[in-house]
Amino acid sequence: MSEKRVFSRPQTLKDAPFHFCPGCHHGIAHRMVAEAIDKFNLREKTIGVASVGCSVFLYDYFDVDVIEAPHGRAAAVATGVKRARKDRIVFSYQGDGDLASIGIAETVHTANRGENITIIFINNTVYGMTGGQLAPTTLLGQKTTTSPYGRDFMQDGYPIRMTEILATLEGTAFAARVAFTTPKNINMAKKAIEKAFQFQKEEMGFTFVEVLSACPTNWGLNAIDSMKRVEEEMIPYFPLGIFKERKAADVL
Amino acid sequence: MTEAHDLVKGNEAVAMGAIDAGCLYYFGYPITPQSDIPEYLSYHLPRVGGEFVQAESEVAAINMLMGAAATGTRAMTSSSSPGISLMQEGISYIAGSEIPTVIVNMSRSGPGLGGIAPSQGDYFQAVKGGGHGDYHLLVLAPNSVQELYELTILAFDLAEKYRNPVMILGDAMIGQMKEPLSRRPPEKGEKASKDWALTGAEGRPQRVLKSLYLKDGELTAHNWKLHEKYKAMQENEIRFEALMTEDADFVLVAFGSAARIARTSVLMAREAGMKVGLFRPITLFPFPEPQLSALAKTGKPFFVVELNTGQMLEDVKIAAAGNRVDFFGKPPGALPTPEEIFEEIKNIYPGTKG
Amino acid sequence: MKNSVIMAGFGGQGILLIGNMLAYAGLAEGKHVTYMPAYGVEMRGGTANCTVVVSDEPIGSPIVGKPDAVIVMNLPSLKKFESWIKPGGILLVNTSLVPPDQQTREDITAYSIPANDLATGMGNARLANMILIGAYAEAAGVVSQDSLINSLSKVISERNARFIPQNIKAIKLGAGQVHLANA
Repeated sequence: MSEKRVFSRPQTLKDAPFHFCPGCHHGIAHRMVAEAIDKFNLREKTIGVASVGCSVFLYDYFDVDVIEAPHGRAAAVATGVKRARKDRIVFSYQGDGDLASIGIAETVHTANRGENITIIFINNTVYGMTGGQLAPTTLLGQKTTTSPYGRDFMQDGYPIRMTEILATLEGTAFAARVAFTTPKNINMAKKAIEKAFQFQKEEMGFTFVEVLSACPTNWGLNAIDSMKRVEEEMIPYFPLGIFKERKAADVL
Repeated sequence: MTEAHDLVKGNEAVAMGAIDAGCLYYFGYPITPQSDIPEYLSYHLPRVGGEFVQAESEVAAINMLMGAAATGTRAMTSSSSPGISLMQEGISYIAGSEIPTVIVNMSRSGPGLGGIAPSQGDYFQAVKGGGHGDYHLLVLAPNSVQELYELTILAFDLAEKYRNPVMILGDAMIGQMKEPLSRRPPEKGEKASKDWALTGAEGRPQRVLKSLYLKDGELTAHNWKLHEKYKAMQENEIRFEALMTEDADFVLVAFGSAARIARTSVLMAREAGMKVGLFRPITLFPFPEPQLSALAKTGKPFFVVELNTGQMLEDVKIAAAGNRVDFFGKPPGALPTPEEIFEEIKNIYPGTKG
Repeated sequence: MKNSVIMAGFGGQGILLIGNMLAYAGLAEGKHVTYMPAYGVEMRGGTANCTVVVSDEPIGSPIVGKPDAVIVMNLPSLKKFESWIKPGGILLVNTSLVPPDQQTREDITAYSIPANDLATGMGNARLANMILIGAYAEAAGVVSQDSLINSLSKVISERNARFIPQNIKAIKLGAGQVHLANA
């Protein structure tokens, strides 16, 4: 009986075990980005921009050239890389504190300029690496180490919806929010990430995929319950879907 | 003057130097008194196949520069004091990641919003760090329009030679004045190897530019490696101008625009029979400490003139090793005139003989 | 030869323009020149002054405490800069805007030139600066009138090139004033 290999490591990922906590969704997101890069055969043309947070070790897993940006500045760094090398594929991979708090100016302006880059945005409603503090995406009532009484809008405002904001900008070619909670959602996520890279390849403009992601460690939940939380608490506030998809004709 | 000259503003000379050095990308945010640089480059860079990007802030500009330069392409930014303060985070990362970049500070006056008058109040920030961590910029301090042009070209070469950010430290005087300039673009020779540049891992192993080192001993080693680089700069890159210092019994020490003004004061003193010399550091880091120390050992007292309340003074005192050092500081507001500095020389000079 | 001049007036009077002209004229004659502007943060209506040094030798300071000459186009500029002039130096005063009794120095040569009135007489009040720079070149002899006239094309954009002939007339009118105006 012969065996057929149906599952293997994407070429863009190194043979290195992820350091992420059990149940964390970074691993899935990493794999999905790597698969998209593989799909278009872009590994040797890709330059990644690592951000500050749990995602900083991008270069330990992705077998592509990588530059490590200061906290929040990945979009600006990616802008510089892409302007100087328009023939390369440039992506950044950023968490919610990095992208939506300290780096929101760089994010919005990069989208508004229509920089032909891809941002993968991991939204897990919490600062992961620093130990579970309040993020701009922390849900109302959610307890974190700096919102011990739960997020109160009178105190901290409301969780910010980045995909919707960026979808309003003319420079944005593609903006989608995805999650890994069900096979259907996983398929949708895969397609969205592929589309983002495809759009970049076709020079359509700024592309953005927000991934609703679990952080069991800082949520104090196990992996299964974390998945449930994404489904039951996050998706109702952060709806999934494609919020902007530019037609080729729009850019011509 | 025999060569073809044109009357050029200091800021424009920087921009022309950048173009002639092969700089293709500029990222910046408008701020007085250096906006002539982005204005010039926004017109000229597209004509040489490059690009100009007006960033949303200086914070973004320095990070765009980091990204563009990471690809091995020549790129720069410019700003003035408050904008340079905003860039410090990025500058620290660039130094830590060893990315060759050119940063121009046509400084104005502070602290805070301060004013647009010329000032040398950013010496500490430029020379002693500015951002966090144990690093140095290579700092060049031109004092004429021609030198602004030439040192800008040199800045790109030095940045690549040492994989380090290089700062041109000027001010509103040097940036706004006009003088004849002769453009002498360098020959396109062999440039430093760029085996670190991010170009896509095509047929070669992955390259990473980073400043995070968490494994045991890694960061210590990285800091020592940077230190060795700074030591090499101290050994190889010190630049200075010494004017009539050999027979002087009194040496005025000044850099940039203060040195330019003081040059006339020194000539006035000579005309009045006083043996005064001028020592002008051109590199502020590496500081020409060995050369000043040698002068100090011959017993010559120093007279430091700065457009601040005493910053380079500290470095001169170290070089003087206990010898007499007088100081004349002019914080921003109005520039000192050569006559004013000459009066100060007259006040101090006789005492140096006793 | 080394000659320094400070020119001062309101922003918008064309002070920096005539400073540039003098520097270009000096450059065209193979001399060393520096031009140093100083102005307020306003684009218009503030004060403006510039210092121009023209010399046979390399120039040290572009900042001058005791200039050989001062050109003032308004009263605040006279108040500020009259005392700076080197003894035996030159002062050119725009008497259209500066009352005649305001000058205090006796040890200098002062030229009273009603530049705005003369310019208005020519049909364009904005030529006052040209009248004064023409007068200065004549009085100080630092650069030739031809060099000054040739510098016009350096400082006036092609779009405004049609104004060059009247600027030349104003420069010549100013030069003539020197021989009338020596107070």
